[in-house]
Amino acid sequence: MGRKKRSTPEINAGSMADIAFLLLIFFLVTTTMDVDKGLMVKLAPWTDEPPPEDNKIKEKNIFVVLVNSNDQLLVEDDYLSIDQLREAAKDFIDNNGDGSCPECNGIRSLASSDNPQKAIISLQNDRGTSYQMFVKVRNEILGAYSELRNNLSERKFGKAFITLNDEDRSEVVSVYPQFISEAEPVSIGK
Amino acid sequence: MALIRKKKSKETPPVSTASLPDIVFMLLFFFMVTTTMREVTLLVRLKKPKATEMQKLDRKDLTTYIYMGAPKNPELYGSEPRIQLDDQLGNIGDIQSFVILKREEINEAERPKFTVSIKADIDVKMGLISDLKQELRKAQALKISYSTNPAASPEELYKTY
Repeated sequence: MGRKKRSTPEINAGSMADIAFLLLIFFLVTTTMDVDKGLMVKLAPWTDEPPPEDNKIKEKNIFVVLVNSNDQLLVEDDYLSIDQLREAAKDFIDNNGDGSCPECNGIRSLASSDNPQKAIISLQNDRGTSYQMFVKVRNEILGAYSELRNNLSERKFGKAFITLNDEDRSEVVSVYPQFISEAEPVSIGK
Repeated sequence: MALIRKKKSKETPPVSTASLPDIVFMLLFFFMVTTTMREVTLLVRLKKPKATEMQKLDRKDLTTYIYMGAPKNPELYGSEPRIQLDDQLGNIGDIQSFVILKREEINEAERPKFTVSIKADIDVKMGLISDLKQELRKAQALKISYSTNPAASPEELYKTY
C-alpha cells in the first residue's frame, strides 16, 4: 500500500492574464495627460510707429474697461463689480444703435454701440493689476460674447453654439465678431 | 488493492499559458515606465487662475509654455515673480530668442499655429505680463493662451473677489 502523496492543487493561472489585461486597460484609460486649457488671445503685431492719431472709431463704439492697481473696475465711467461686467458688456455689444443688425435684441440706445460689427471692447489695466483680476475680466468679456452667440444660435438653429457645424458657426460669428483690444498698461492711478 | 491507471493519451499537451500574465505585466510595466510625460520641473510657485470661457490647446507639439511666478527658492532667486523658460529662470530679454528658437523647431507648414501658453501665478502683477506680451509681439508670436483651471460656474469667480 503506497502512501498517498498530498500535494496542494495547482492554482489556475489562466485568469491571471485577464486580470493583467484589465489593469493595463484601466491605466491606459485613466492616465489622461493633463490637457492645457486657457483663454485664447490674438495679439496685435508689433509696430514701432505710434498708432495714427485720427481715430475714425466713434467713442460710443468703444466700451472702455479700466482696471486699477487695486483690482477695481471702471466701466464706461461707472464703478462696476465683476459680476455686473458680463451684463454690461452684453448690453453694449447687443445695443444695435443704427438698426443694421436684425438679429440683435438691444435697446437701441444712441449712446451705445452702433452694431456688433463696430463694437470694440477696450481693456486697459494698470501695471499693478493682479493677473487673477485680469483673467477674470477677460473671462467675463469672452463670456458676454459666448452668451450672445449661444442665444443667437438657440434662436436660429435651436441648438447650442458649440454643436453647430462650421457653416452655421461662421454665420453666428459674423453677427457677433469679437473685437477686444488689450491696451498697453498705463498708470491709471491708485 | 487495484490501482486504476489512466491510459496515457497520445494527444499533444496544451500550451502552457502560465507565463502569459508575466508577459502582459512586463508590457504593462514597460509602458508605465516609458510614458513619462516630459514636464519641466517648476522653479516657480504656480497657482493658475480659474475661468469658464477657455478653449482646449490640443496640439502640444505646437505649444510653448512660459511659466511665471514667485520662485520656490527665495534665498537663491529672490521673492519677486520671475519668468521660467524651460528648466531655468530667464529674464524679459531672453524671451524673444527663446520663442523664436521654439518656433524654428516646428515644421514650416504648421508655424502659423504656433501658440505660446502663459502659465502665470494668480499673484503676478500685470506689469510683468505686459512686458512679456510686448516681447511676444516683437517675436511675432501672436497666438497666446492664458492658461487657466476650469471653474465650476461663473458665480464661483465672483465670490473670491
